[in-house]
Amino acid sequence: MLSKRIIASLIVKDGIVVQSVGFKKYLPIGSPEIAVEFLNQWGADEIVVVDIEASRENRTLDLGLLARLADKSMVPLTVGGGINSVETIRQLIRMGADKVVINRAAIEHPELIHEAARIFGNQCVVVSIDAKEVGEGRYEAFTDSGRTGTGKDPVEVARSCAAQGAGEIFIRSIDRDGSKKGFDTELIRRVSEAVDIPVVAAGGCGHPQHIADAFQNGHADAVAVGNSFHFTEHSVTIAKAFLKSDFPIRLDTYATYAHTTFDDAGRLAKQDDAVLEKLRFEYHPKEVI
Amino acid sequence: MSDTTRKPDVLVIDYGVGNHRSVTNALERLGYSYAVSHKKEDIQKARAYILPGVGAFEEAMLNLKKRDIIEVLRREVVEKKKPLLGICLGMQVLAEDSIEGGLHQGLGFIPGHVVRIPAASVRVPHVGWNELMVYRSEPLFASVPKGARFYFDHSFYFQTEKEYIAAACSYGEEITAAVQKDNIYGVQFHPEKSQTSGLRLLRAFMEHTKN
Repeated sequence: MLSKRIIASLIVKDGIVVQSVGFKKYLPIGSPEIAVEFLNQWGADEIVVVDIEASRENRTLDLGLLARLADKSMVPLTVGGGINSVETIRQLIRMGADKVVINRAAIEHPELIHEAARIFGNQCVVVSIDAKEVGEGRYEAFTDSGRTGTGKDPVEVARSCAAQGAGEIFIRSIDRDGSKKGFDTELIRRVSEAVDIPVVAAGGCGHPQHIADAFQNGHADAVAVGNSFHFTEHSVTIAKAFLKSDFPIRLDTYATYAHTTFDDAGRLAKQDDAVLEKLRFEYHPKEVI
Repeated sequence: MSDTTRKPDVLVIDYGVGNHRSVTNALERLGYSYAVSHKKEDIQKARAYILPGVGAFEEAMLNLKKRDIIEVLRREVVEKKKPLLGICLGMQVLAEDSIEGGLHQGLGFIPGHVVRIPAASVRVPHVGWNELMVYRSEPLFASVPKGARFYFDHSFYFQTEKEYIAAACSYGEEITAAVQKDNIYGVQFHPEKSQTSGLRLLRAFMEHTKN
């Protein structure tokens, strides 16, 4: 059975990973290379790296940086930011991107999706839609890191992108971004029901239960989590251990966190003293393949 | 790193579709030497091949034709029986033909046709980590643990006779995950992007080429 994907999302600004809050505030996290190395080891199913200034500065993610990230990632790497032509996609793929994620150009020049899908296959072309709630139950798609409204319903955008040949839709709620309040399951469900390509939920995850909600109520095929994966050791593995009993999840890291319990914040709960006393600390050498 | 004093363990065929970087990166991690080329003379000299590929079928076949390497590949792989591993699109081009973007002829190294995944009950493309049903564990899956998951990302799959299917996965219906005919192997998933399970598979192929 196909696993539900847990995707780690990295927002890059000025060459460093940042935490994004509502697309307005950005707090520095650290080096992208180190982030990719850890997320890869902690069992992320995929890593997405988006340079949020690239589009405005008319460039893409730094190709040298991309090559270094690709070498550290043994899971698929999706790259976004400033993609506006087939040529930029070709360069990114050559430097190690497995897929590209297109945001602004997908809305302004939808024919790029069609062209890219014809050359690189539609599995390679991911479209990311940023949406804001603009009225009671009404959503609008935004571009330019949430600055520019398009006047279009994200469901319509998703539908037309899928028709052009997009292989996946990333749907991100701007309102929930960095809020830790959980995914906007209503928005995700609407998009998910409108298209028959995989849909990835993004924006707002603060607890592994939110991921479960996105799968169950949002009908998402995957989730992209940014901020809440940055600050805890083994964050991805722990989230997966939480979800493992209810969803098909790939969990094959050394530490599986089986038989652990969680507190209200989704962090590991302290084990009984009796259990802790029995714990043995062993050294595991790096696995030989 | 490629070692110039010694014949590299494997030749990664670069034909302008997709990224061979992730394949060479995985080989490097495993400690094998490799060369990357699309030149006839390099293909003649090599002892084993990896044919990677991300993209569309038509573009891939067109690029192989443009580089004029189909005949030399056929001679080395089909006649001289040098081992070849096709990955993703590199596996699909081994088929007789594909209906991706119209009917296009493939290399025809393994009988079968590339068809679209039926979208009746599932979302297409098939993206993510899926489990395998292994029918022939030697040589590729010998050291892969049971229940291991591999990363897939495709809309079309290789439909072929049961005797050529080494592994399959379930996605709506049974989808071919790996094919095998004599010295020719192909995997639909991406071993170079499937963490340790994928590395195990690549190592199994590389060790097998030494026999």
